[in-house]
Amino acid sequence: MPDTNEKFELLNQAIEELKDQPGALMPVMQRAQNIFGCVSLDVQKLIAEKLGVTLSEVYGVATFYSQFKLKPAGKYTISVCLGTACYVKGSQKVLDRLSEELNIPVGDTTDDGLFTLQATRCLGACGLAPVMTVNDEVYGGLTPDDIPGILEKYRELEM
Amino acid sequence: MEIYRAHVLCCSGTDCTASGSTQIFERFEQLIKEKGLEKEVKVISTGCFGLCKDGPIVVVYPDGTCYSHVKPEDVDEIVSEHLAKGRPVQRLIRNKETEQEAAGKTLEDNEFYRHQKRIALRNCGIIDPENIDEYLAMDGYKALEKALTKMTREEVIDEVLRSGLRGRGGGGFPTGLKWKFTYNSQADQKYVACNADEGDPGAFMDRSVLEGDPHSVLEAMAIAGYAIGASEGYIYVRAEYPIAVKRLEIAIAQAHDYGLLGKNIFGTGFDFDIKIRLGAGAFVCGEETALMRSIEGKRGEPIPRPPFPAVKGLFAKPTMLNNVETYANVAQIILKGADWFSAMGTERSKGTKVFALGGKINNTGLVEVPMGTPLRTIVYDIGGGIPNGKKFKAVQTGGPSGGCLPTELLDTPVDYDNLVEAGSMMGSGGMIIMDEDNCMVDIARFFLEFTVDESCGKCTPCRVGTRRMLEILNRIVEGKGTMEDLDKLEELAAGIKSTALCGLGQSAPNPVLSTLKYFRNEYVAHIVDHVCPAHHCRALLQYIIETSKCRGCTACMKVCPAGAIEGEVRKPHYIDPSKCIKCGACMETCVFKAIQRK
Repeated sequence: MPDTNEKFELLNQAIEELKDQPGALMPVMQRAQNIFGCVSLDVQKLIAEKLGVTLSEVYGVATFYSQFKLKPAGKYTISVCLGTACYVKGSQKVLDRLSEELNIPVGDTTDDGLFTLQATRCLGACGLAPVMTVNDEVYGGLTPDDIPGILEKYRELEM
Repeated sequence: MEIYRAHVLCCSGTDCTASGSTQIFERFEQLIKEKGLEKEVKVISTGCFGLCKDGPIVVVYPDGTCYSHVKPEDVDEIVSEHLAKGRPVQRLIRNKETEQEAAGKTLEDNEFYRHQKRIALRNCGIIDPENIDEYLAMDGYKALEKALTKMTREEVIDEVLRSGLRGRGGGGFPTGLKWKFTYNSQADQKYVACNADEGDPGAFMDRSVLEGDPHSVLEAMAIAGYAIGASEGYIYVRAEYPIAVKRLEIAIAQAHDYGLLGKNIFGTGFDFDIKIRLGAGAFVCGEETALMRSIEGKRGEPIPRPPFPAVKGLFAKPTMLNNVETYANVAQIILKGADWFSAMGTERSKGTKVFALGGKINNTGLVEVPMGTPLRTIVYDIGGGIPNGKKFKAVQTGGPSGGCLPTELLDTPVDYDNLVEAGSMMGSGGMIIMDEDNCMVDIARFFLEFTVDESCGKCTPCRVGTRRMLEILNRIVEGKGTMEDLDKLEELAAGIKSTALCGLGQSAPNPVLSTLKYFRNEYVAHIVDHVCPAHHCRALLQYIIETSKCRGCTACMKVCPAGAIEGEVRKPHYIDPSKCIKCGACMETCVFKAIQRK
């Protein structure tokens, strides 16, 4: 994995290679997203400066297209079902506990880049309510007290 | 050129790749080498055959035996029996009703192919898309040579115009006219562009052409460049199609090596080059002016026309944009002539059209039929009808811009004008079949949700109007609608259709209007009777335990997430409607079939 300086170096090379072609902004941003996993504000500023366009134009493109991310998603995306069945069985409490344990609001990613927390609509597994998924793995019949153990499992995988 | 006694064609389209066709291809290569057959048998990785549901597909020539659902471990048997001893492996042959019949089941015999006429898909599943020599062997680049060396620019345009070819991306504008308008524009630089931003949910014909026969698009773009006077072309392709992008890159590089793109093509002094631009996930970029803004590196927002792209398009220069499938027809028209092409189809829609069959139908996949083929032939003869003995309810064509057509219209010959007259449209060719379990109000709601999500937000009718329509539909599926809501829907729809800036907005109300026209009774049932006739809309469902069938086993009580079921052991249970969240878990659990959904 290249470190941040190396990533910026890669981006500079990409900009040099692409900047003379007409309509270079999107190809440059696509390369930036491949390098960094997202186009953060720092990256946008650099692109704006090197291509001679305004930051607002870069930001406008970044927010128009759904594939550009302003923040990288974590390695594990946790999706808590807030469908009716899960909701009445207490999935909001599960979600609150996750938010507390990870110390991030819903929709955000932890600083170590490990977890992204999000709420979803019905996953169709109502019999298992309340349900959440971690990437593709499904957890059912949850209580808030199950959360620390589950998070620990993924943290240990990273040790 | 090497001569082989047998060819093994392995599909490497997206669906077959997802179900393991790469390992099958590798296993064939390995086994054929082990058995010393590499001078006799050639294994080729091809594009899509169209039989996506039955993949991975393997076809063996010269006999044309078509194997379906092939697994890597089946390869040993195909090699030792079929390739070494000439005995096809009966158990893997597609559609084998009886052993007897299976013996004759080749690709051409298949019911699925019998009604088809493959022009745009002519090479898909037949050639290796990553090998330009195979395209050349199928008369590839002969049309470009003919156009450049034997025809004037005006003759090329006239041929396309007389063929009657119309844009396959949805609108159906006459292709030759587009070429002529751009030809007539005076400028120092003009562009040819290809719309490969196939965004309609359920449509994948452009992906299959790019994956299975990329050179056919490159050749047609070069012909178009010559005709209108452009030296540069852009292909705008979705980033979600990685295999298509890779094959296009390979094809462009190979065409350069052979001098079929680049400077001084065929020694005629004509220069033409093609660049690929990737989309970034915005449905509206399939609209031509939005697509051009996106290639320029801007937000993909449409702009008002006129000026039309033929006058002022990409980088403010005259630009001619066609879709992938449209281009895939061009080389054949130049080679075989306008009369050959216009002999197929209906009076105002010539040639063939590719459809992506999906939804509640037995043979999901890609089909190409002459224009004017009745819907019934496509659904029943080619598509094999509706699975699980269910009843056909509607066919949805044209994606979020199209509409739903009922049983009464099944005999409609499919062409541009008939579909528009029926309240739908051709669109890019998605064809989704719905059965009695689909709620038409909910389908309309689903498409509107899509449009609301994908509206670029530039013009008010689309940004605000579609959202208001969606809110009304949400009320109706929850049983809170009123009959006045139906009038409001029609009023909003008329307003949006006549005032939205681009085709996306103007056509967004179509799914609602067509379902209101043909399935109004379903709307009324939701509103007046608070019933969803298809038993689909959750808010209107009721779960009831039939006391005569209930044994009081308590299984449903244990599984109910809401604690809505009451009762004593071995006595009939009861569902409290005020607590029931209608998840259906009880019905799935009950072994006595005592629970009914109403």
